[in-house]
Amino acid sequence: MSELDHPTGDPYGAKDGKDLISGITVFPMEPHVPRKADIDPKAAIRAERQVATMFGLSSLMIILFVVAYIKVPADLLISIPIIGTINANHLAIGFTFGMAILLIGLGAIHWAKKLMPDEEVIQERHALTSTNEARAEVQSSLQRGAAESGFRDRKIIRRSLLGALALFPVPLIVLLRDLGPLPGTRLRETIWDKGIHLVTDATYKKIKASDIPLGGLINAVPENLLEIEHEEETLNQRGKASIIIVRMDPAEIVSQQGQEWDYQGILAFSKICTHLGCPTSLYQQRTHHLLCPCHQSTFDLSDSGNVVFGPAARRMPQLAITVDAEGYLVAQSGFNEPVGPSFWERG
Amino acid sequence: MSTTEESIQAPAHAAPTSKAGAVGYYIDDRLASASFTKRLVDKVFPDHWSFMLGEVALYSFIILLLTGTYLTLFFNPSMTEVIYNGSYVPLKGVKMSEAFSSTLAISFDVRGGLLMRQIHHWAALFFTAAVSVHLLRVFFTGAFRKPREINWVIGTLLLVLALLEGFSGYSLPDDLLSGTGLRIAEGIIQAIPLVGTYVAMFLFGGEFPGTDIMPRLYSIHILLIPGILLALITVHLIMVFYQKHTQFPGPGRTESNVVGFRLFPIYMAKAGGFFFVVFGITVLIAALVTINPVWLYGPYTPSQVTAGSQPDWYIGWLDGAVRLMPNLESHIFGYTLSWNILVPALVIPGIMFTALGLYPWIEAWATGDKREHHLLDRPRNAPTRTGLGVMSLTFYMILVISGGNDIIASAFNLSINQITWGFRFLLFILPPLAFVLTKRICLGLQRRDNDKLLHGYETGRILRLPSGEFLEIHEPIGEAEKAKLLAKADVTPLELPSKVDANGVRNPKAAKSVARAKLSQWFYSDVIPTPTDEEMRAAAEHAAHELHEAESHLKEISQH
Repeated sequence: MSELDHPTGDPYGAKDGKDLISGITVFPMEPHVPRKADIDPKAAIRAERQVATMFGLSSLMIILFVVAYIKVPADLLISIPIIGTINANHLAIGFTFGMAILLIGLGAIHWAKKLMPDEEVIQERHALTSTNEARAEVQSSLQRGAAESGFRDRKIIRRSLLGALALFPVPLIVLLRDLGPLPGTRLRETIWDKGIHLVTDATYKKIKASDIPLGGLINAVPENLLEIEHEEETLNQRGKASIIIVRMDPAEIVSQQGQEWDYQGILAFSKICTHLGCPTSLYQQRTHHLLCPCHQSTFDLSDSGNVVFGPAARRMPQLAITVDAEGYLVAQSGFNEPVGPSFWERG
Repeated sequence: MSTTEESIQAPAHAAPTSKAGAVGYYIDDRLASASFTKRLVDKVFPDHWSFMLGEVALYSFIILLLTGTYLTLFFNPSMTEVIYNGSYVPLKGVKMSEAFSSTLAISFDVRGGLLMRQIHHWAALFFTAAVSVHLLRVFFTGAFRKPREINWVIGTLLLVLALLEGFSGYSLPDDLLSGTGLRIAEGIIQAIPLVGTYVAMFLFGGEFPGTDIMPRLYSIHILLIPGILLALITVHLIMVFYQKHTQFPGPGRTESNVVGFRLFPIYMAKAGGFFFVVFGITVLIAALVTINPVWLYGPYTPSQVTAGSQPDWYIGWLDGAVRLMPNLESHIFGYTLSWNILVPALVIPGIMFTALGLYPWIEAWATGDKREHHLLDRPRNAPTRTGLGVMSLTFYMILVISGGNDIIASAFNLSINQITWGFRFLLFILPPLAFVLTKRICLGLQRRDNDKLLHGYETGRILRLPSGEFLEIHEPIGEAEKAKLLAKADVTPLELPSKVDANGVRNPKAAKSVARAKLSQWFYSDVIPTPTDEEMRAAAEHAAHELHEAESHLKEISQH
């Protein structure tokens, strides 16, 4: 380190008191002020003991950690003010482990601050740019290499190589093809169809129209969801076919997506938000507004499920329903538009 | 050739004098590592609290690697459905994926498992927070300027990767909240023109949710992104090391030196100790404060959602942007363009990250400043940059707050519609206002600095003269303060080029340089020059004179 032999003869690399590069005024370093531990041996010993105590307590914490891990029951819940109910084993091992680590850190920093030298030193920066000679040398080396390889002159080799390298990633992309199926018509179809019973979401019970009170709301799925054997397909279909059923006074229905798609004021809509696919869940009986909790898109179910607020651009698709001979709700047909979020090919 | 033989022969060495020396000799005999080690050990780093922000990010990353590795020992990223039969009673008998049931097992059946999970989650929150605040420090002090632009870009990439890593991580437990997040991500991918549905089908292995996404996210989360993060962090640090750290102005600090403490032993102890402090505090918080209680959310099912669902803080701004966007959608030639999704989820983030990454070049182009900078700017001394930074930060913060508009609505009993409309307007009104205000504040602070330099600081001692005049005694500021305040390189904006050259011929390139010069003049508008040496001297004389007068007055008073 050539600390004090700067070309300008100034310890800070300044000239006439000004920084050579930025031109700002350079002030000399301030004289070092000794700390208590630097001049008072008692203070130094005190600091030494403090550091050693922290390291010692850290070891103690590790021992307590092992004891807590073995002795504190894993299923014991305790109540602590502010924090609330918490697992005792989790708290005990977390606290001892955390303190053990923290004490090592605090000890080391205390050591550095109190006992290690605190006089700042100056180090020169080195140039972050090469000399002209070095640049010329590397340039000629590169040119020599390029010339020797013939990369520059043998055009046919160069072009065919570049062509081959350009095609080289193709297999890597093609090999990704079997990650999944092509979209096909999947996003347009649900398992709803004419005559499919509406069943409750959790218990899969058929729903009698007369059992739904005015203002009531039921989460439902198609009955044939149960017939799907593969679990994956069940989840996928549930993600599209889930609906909500609401009942309102027929006089309050302003419009519907099709003529007589309701049954005596009972309306069925897709539950999947047309914005980004969250299941809409908050229904306000009085206004007939359905709100998506993710981004607050709001749909008016008494008015064709049209968007009244929020980022969703499309109305909530309605499912035409009626009842079977025994009075259970069934679909008149499947949805006649894709449910869920928009996509490029949707049209 | 004899010369070659000579050069291969090892020089004669003295015998090591200690055991540690013997180890060093052993290694040096194989790597010739002595001079490198000497440079490493003697390396000087400047000291400032804000330089610890990057350290917090680095240490959080190490904590994430350690705890993440532990979690992989127990976590099973499978979507095979099982009936839960663990020790968390409320969910007994519930159907769920193996991913969720193994997360419950880590939380309730593995001793210390919950602690590790919570350390991992807290460390992820700290990591993203530290990366963000570190970025702000680097921005506002101008540390990104030449020669550090490349490291700035690496930092921007690290930020993007940190966000992706966080999102892929909290999606893994397959709980109701994270499943909802994935559903939204899938919806966003679907909206991409032309390829959206294909990308979504390939990523999820079919329709949402499918059963492929968890194992795929898992390998992305524990291998792909951390691998890239680790590589980029390594390069980031090597560059900091090689280019040497920037420093704040002060006595003895110049553009061509570094003033601070040596790596060994000071930073070995301080930075090493600080790692333990960050780790220890993270563990203590994880022990005391519950984070992401997935057992309360329950397993994911596509037909359910929790009200008031919130992503982790660092995704909040995206969620907020999606919430604020009006519901625009175009249908062209039978295709759908969902502006309501594309703009907030892809276009705005794309613009934000591109502008962020390119900022060093944008500023250098506008200012024409091609010099190296190792002395940091005090934010007030770069008012336009500081204004732009605060402006962007305001924009970002409004998006973050908008991400919680439902929480605000229910907490303050307000209409969600009005809040959303309010934020839509504020998003465009507040940032420019923040720019103007910040710039004015910076200029005000600069003027105060100049006042301090010329007239000293106000002592608070008021003197009443016999004439009835009041005089406040000013004392000159200390040398260290002076060094700090005077370290403001005066700048000159680019000059407007003439539209015609010397021969009166129209200069076709003028338009571009005019634009650039105008940008430069805007960037450096309202420059407040630092007092010149003459001004300083005159002010000092004036102050001395004033003090002398006051003293003579005092004498007069005491004589009477």
